[in-house]
Amino acid sequence: MKVTDKDVAYVADLANLELSDQERAGMLRDLNSILEYIDRLNELDTSRVPPMAQVSDRYGVDESKQVSERFAYASREDVVEGLRKSLPHEEALANAPDADEQFFRVPKVIER
Amino acid sequence: MNLTSLTIDGARSAVQERKTTALALAEAHYARIKQEDGQIGAFLTLSKERALEQADRIDRMAVEGKSLPPLGGVPVGIKDVMSTRGLRTTAGSKILEHYIPPYDCTAVARLEAAGAIVLGKMNCDEFAMGSSNENSAYHPVRNPRDLSRVPGGSSGGSAAAVAADMAVFTLGSDTGGSIRQPASFCGVVGLMPTYGRVSRYGLIAFASSLDHIGPLAKKVKDAAIVLRTIAGRDPMDANSANVPVPDYTAELEKPVRGMKLGVPKEYFGDGLDDEVRHAVESAIDKLQNLGCEIVPVSLPHTPYAIPTYYLIATAEASSNLARYDGVRYSHRARGVKTLSEMYRRSRDEGFGAEVKRRIMLGTYALSAGYYDAYYLKAQKVRTLLTRDFDEAFRKVDAIVTPTSPTAAFRLGEKSNDPLAMYLADIYTVTADLAGIPGISIPCGQTKEKLPVGLQILGRHFDESTILRLAHAYEQA
Repeated sequence: MKVTDKDVAYVADLANLELSDQERAGMLRDLNSILEYIDRLNELDTSRVPPMAQVSDRYGVDESKQVSERFAYASREDVVEGLRKSLPHEEALANAPDADEQFFRVPKVIER
Repeated sequence: MNLTSLTIDGARSAVQERKTTALALAEAHYARIKQEDGQIGAFLTLSKERALEQADRIDRMAVEGKSLPPLGGVPVGIKDVMSTRGLRTTAGSKILEHYIPPYDCTAVARLEAAGAIVLGKMNCDEFAMGSSNENSAYHPVRNPRDLSRVPGGSSGGSAAAVAADMAVFTLGSDTGGSIRQPASFCGVVGLMPTYGRVSRYGLIAFASSLDHIGPLAKKVKDAAIVLRTIAGRDPMDANSANVPVPDYTAELEKPVRGMKLGVPKEYFGDGLDDEVRHAVESAIDKLQNLGCEIVPVSLPHTPYAIPTYYLIATAEASSNLARYDGVRYSHRARGVKTLSEMYRRSRDEGFGAEVKRRIMLGTYALSAGYYDAYYLKAQKVRTLLTRDFDEAFRKVDAIVTPTSPTAAFRLGEKSNDPLAMYLADIYTVTADLAGIPGISIPCGQTKEKLPVGLQILGRHFDESTILRLAHAYEQA
């Protein structure tokens, strides 16, 4: 067993999930079974292998350039509303579970 | 003329030549949906008003004698992970049950600009996480070829609708095999383009370094026409590539004689069903008879693909799904007192079991102390898997494999064993990780008359070659 009940509670907390007692027990079982399978990656020596974060790293990047210049393929002009207009207030709030005319409304964050 | 069995060109030219109307085509598909979809469950939402309005626009063009655009009047279904302005988009999840997007996904906008008629939104596994469509929060989809079996996933509704003639073609998304595996299970064509070939703007994100949009269709040529329409640079998706888009339909007719096809031994080992093996080997023989040279190749890191995929995909998902907080557009739990309780209870109520499982695995893999052992390790193995393909493509023009180790399985057969379900994607996840294009086409059936899929993989941005091979096989 790699993952303990305490780990499950800690990770659920990080992920903003509550999980019922029953869900936690199931999660403990499933995570351990999946991680046991995942452990086969340790059969491979990857000490000299660079990580690959993105496929586009392989075809878009200009290796001769430094820092952000390397990713010039993804750049565009920095113009206000250059790609599309911002959503009108009304539309942006239309899907909110709770809002007034101006803001999203949420439970009180700071007690005083 | 049977209005629900037409290909794209057949439908478009029938409208152009005024043998039928776009309106009649749309109505015929809605009638078919009414008749069939009660037992299949492929659609989540119908967009009749939008469809009939668009059809009217096309019909007026036809009456005026104007040349119709490439998809003029052609009815399409859109997987419910793609945003559609004013049309409910759920991602198969209760957390987005009432979400009405304020904008269109680029791929959908391009289809409509080319004259396609959006019939509605297709059922799928919740947030595209699944291989059987049983993870939809609404209802499962049944395979039109055998209603006791799954259609595959996650684009199960998209595949089933095409197989049951409820749409001429559909859009799906593929993160680990979600276009190709259901195409294989339902006996239709499914194309995953190169990573970056099609903009994902407006696609509800699952794993951003792996997500692709692509077509499911009745014929290879239809997939080529759709790709031509939706492909190409879109400034709204920074990962969409600025690479010229060829005329795929013109490329289809080029000869395949002399092409070198790699057959990787790792895709024909233990776990491959005998009947599937037989069908795929017969298909390879047929390609050889068409003049292709068959070359044995090795992709040695294949056994590590599933663990690599499930670390990277879940890590990215845990980050992408953090946005569902019950504030701006997703489900909010009632009667909560604090902000933190609101987040937790809303997410608990809104997400299904598989989504929670993947968020948990991904959060664990990214958490302090485990990042190097899991996430970074997986990224390094991703490099090795990609190098395998680089090496193979030095020797061959394309690679042929089974799409899935088995034909469609029964509903409930794997739903209690996440790991068994993950292994259904064993031959498809590799292409997502490497970013190369892949297509699944029907290649015969099992004794129980279940379709088998042949997968053809190509080099980055070389969809032309795999389409050409698939077309040659289909026509032979």
